[in-house]
Amino acid sequence: MTGTPIHELTEAYRRSESTPTAATEAFLARIARLDGELGAYLTVTREQALRAAADADARYRAGKPLGPLDGAPLVYKDVLCTRGVTTTCGSRMLEGFVPPYDATVIARLTAAGAVMLGKGNMDEFAMGSSTEHSAFKPTRNPWDLTRVPGGSSGGPAAAVAAGLAAGGLGTDTGGSIRQPAAFCGVVGLKPTYGRVSRYGLVAFGSSLDHIGPFARDVTDAALLLRAIAGADPRDATCLTAPVPDYAAALAPGVQGLRLGLPDEYFIEGMDAEVERTVRTAVDVLRGLGATVERISLPATPHALATYYVIAPAEASSNLARYDGVKYGLRVAGAKDLVEMSSRTRAVGFGAEVKRRIMLGTYVLSSGYYEAYYGRAQKVRTLVRRDFDAAFGRVDLIVAPMTPNVAFKHGEKEDPLSMYLNDVFAVPADMTGLPAISVPCGFSAEGLPIGLQFIGKALDEASVLRAAYAYEQATPWRARRPSPA
Amino acid sequence: METVIGLEVHAQLLTRSKMFCGCPTTFGAPPNSQTCPVCQGMPGVLPVVNRRAVELGIRAALAFDCRVNAACRFARKHYYYPDMPKNYQITQYEEPLAEDGHLEIEVDGASRTIGIQRLHLEEDVGKLLHEGTLETAQASLVDYNRSGVPLMETVSRPDLRSAEEAAAYLKAFRAVLVFLGVSNGNMEEGSLRCDANVSLRPRGSRELGTKVEIKNMNSFRSVKQALEFEVRRQAEALAAGERIVQETRLWDADRGYTRAMRSKEYAHDYRYFPEPDLVPLTIDRAWIEEIRAGLPELPRQRRARFVTQYGLPPYDAEILTQSRALAEYFEAAVREFPQPKVVSNWVMSELLRELGADDEQAIRSSPVTPARLAGLLVLIEDGTISGKIAKEVFEKMRRGGEDARAIVGREGLTQVADEAALGRVIDQVLARSPRAIEDYKRGKTAAAKALVGQVMKATGGKANPGIVNRLLEEKLSKI
Ligand SMILES: [Zn+2]
Repeated sequence: MTGTPIHELTEAYRRSESTPTAATEAFLARIARLDGELGAYLTVTREQALRAAADADARYRAGKPLGPLDGAPLVYKDVLCTRGVTTTCGSRMLEGFVPPYDATVIARLTAAGAVMLGKGNMDEFAMGSSTEHSAFKPTRNPWDLTRVPGGSSGGPAAAVAAGLAAGGLGTDTGGSIRQPAAFCGVVGLKPTYGRVSRYGLVAFGSSLDHIGPFARDVTDAALLLRAIAGADPRDATCLTAPVPDYAAALAPGVQGLRLGLPDEYFIEGMDAEVERTVRTAVDVLRGLGATVERISLPATPHALATYYVIAPAEASSNLARYDGVKYGLRVAGAKDLVEMSSRTRAVGFGAEVKRRIMLGTYVLSSGYYEAYYGRAQKVRTLVRRDFDAAFGRVDLIVAPMTPNVAFKHGEKEDPLSMYLNDVFAVPADMTGLPAISVPCGFSAEGLPIGLQFIGKALDEASVLRAAYAYEQATPWRARRPSPA
Repeated sequence: METVIGLEVHAQLLTRSKMFCGCPTTFGAPPNSQTCPVCQGMPGVLPVVNRRAVELGIRAALAFDCRVNAACRFARKHYYYPDMPKNYQITQYEEPLAEDGHLEIEVDGASRTIGIQRLHLEEDVGKLLHEGTLETAQASLVDYNRSGVPLMETVSRPDLRSAEEAAAYLKAFRAVLVFLGVSNGNMEEGSLRCDANVSLRPRGSRELGTKVEIKNMNSFRSVKQALEFEVRRQAEALAAGERIVQETRLWDADRGYTRAMRSKEYAHDYRYFPEPDLVPLTIDRAWIEEIRAGLPELPRQRRARFVTQYGLPPYDAEILTQSRALAEYFEAAVREFPQPKVVSNWVMSELLRELGADDEQAIRSSPVTPARLAGLLVLIEDGTISGKIAKEVFEKMRRGGEDARAIVGREGLTQVADEAALGRVIDQVLARSPRAIEDYKRGKTAAAKALVGQVMKATGGKANPGIVNRLLEEKLSKI
């Protein structure tokens, strides 16, 4: 039961072959058994989950389930505010912080009948690509416990991969959904910027932060996206475009679809196995009737550097509020306000967060703003123009998700080599375009590899359709890790 | 030396809810009772622009003849202070709501045009409460009720040439905002706050001298006194060959001087950047025109019209246009009693005896409605009551909320105009005043006045003075 996708699980509820409570108990038991080693969860909301499952049971018994997600046991990255449930962002700074409100996405999934199993581990304030920067514990990759699950949403990705949740939500600022999805062998979708409300997502880089689903398969990703997408009066950057029934539009396949394969996504130093696997996947798509052409996105090499100006700049501002005055950590014994705030921040933030706050403070400071932040915004426009030009010729872009498979814990001590991991992920965040990572094979060592599709703004439907066609034509989703 | 002053005025906008959340803006509520995750700067919250605040900003901008920008943007201004929950303020920086306007001011009967450089919207901060003084407090508390309250900041050009002009600017500015319903302009409650930049330069010079920023001027009096002090201080320093230091000084109203803030207190790199949580605000022409069409007549225009249309002296027009409520009151009364100067006199002397000319609320809710005032004036006009009695009736109307005719009827305040009855009273008065009659005969006209007084007294003030005068004259001439 813990290995089936949500749509099969809720179908089983409908046919009375199972119940939300039975499924929730099975997941909770598996969490109790495996998560000590995996470290995917920061908080397990057992009682709350069982109560929600019992409510869902009653709805199924009455023949009135709320929809295709009713009774689905999910994991939420701990950066999403959950009313009454600790939300730490993987940081000492927010240890014990209990939000008085639900993020819009949480409220929507709750209204759709979803059962929250708990809060997933993450790199502190979503800064990192390995979930090693969680202040509380690292998360391990269920395919190989000596390796990282990717990050920053490593907890939810590992939980879904290992059968510790049927699906979940992560956030993607510089690849933080798709890169761990690729490393853990699950589906990870980053929707168009504005497609999903950010209200209640603890901000890292506001113009880059996206919320999206982790799923066992593409159908689940489509169902989860539909539940969380759509206008929200609490988020001024949220788009009002109507939300299509993504799951209903998966079937048509890729016959006649024009796919672009960008030269810049096959770089020197890239893992040969990853490249080979991705090229084979592209052949599969060609075999399914898609046309594939080489395209160029020339600004790509600058995207990552630009990202490391914009994201830290916004982070330095967003994280200014953690000063020990209002919530979260306050270091005791300070003799005045300045000392209280500076000591609280010194103790509360980890090294990676401090590095980015300093970087961001620097690039925004008077005299440097134009040279860094101003210029970065111009490069961002160039990156966007590349994609606009490409989408004049092709319907979708297909590319590798990461240059390599999951690396070992402690392997990337140098921040720059860690940052390089997100080189293929960052452009979709910079442009706000929808992108998905879908499993496309395994390395010789048995580690998952991800295939990425990037679509036009608000064209999640095509992204999901291509991913679905590929998924249905290949056997990868049947293979599951056995961390036990 | 020539004085150069520019003013930055912050006005709280009269919206029901805050700038970026739905919390109420009511003044004086218990601490932190009017807050939500957004205005407390909780993790994960997002701002949403209050459209009404933008509308009020545009109203003011149009009144000052500013150019309303087709697109404007919010920005974050960073500094650490616990009254500001996010440790940044959402304000406008490079792309303000409106620019390039002006305001007419009048000093000593001469009018001048003062430029307005920019007008932008921002959120207010909370309030710190210290146990004891700031220096000795062991603990401080924060009240976020004010946090996120919408403010409009307006920056004048350095066109003001004296403290008096600065005070006149602030008064005129405030009058416009109050009149338009953009702000209540209450300086005591902090709804209107003002900072000034002051410098001196040799007369005729086009270059600006080193400017000093003056803060903490919380009343019109403070503005005038602080700027007078600062101008004198700079003049003396320059005369003594000293250089003016660019700094921020605080006005100490109790001690009557400005003191320099420690540079630590204000030396900030605000690290402005465009607020990523808000999309640029596009303001379409049609909306601006709609707001323009709904603008009431401005105080200045209305003042001029009161002089031409009603023939009022400029002094009366000035007072009657202090607020929209008062101007409307006056006009409503004149519609029912078309003697503008009479109405003006009564409004200025009686209505405003206990009300401020700008106390919109009190004027609108006064039991002496414009119709009731007109009703009272009709009674004087037709001789039913005397002017003196009318003042008493006005007082009773103010307290009781009845109309004049009812009060006069119930209390028997009608003037005695019955000539036979008055004749009898006059005969009695004359019978006991032989001395006065003799004085009158000898040419002492004052004696007649004394006799009129006695008749009025004998009738409890209700005698019609015109009739008394005429009858008395007739009778005296026959003696
Ligand atoms: Zn609020």
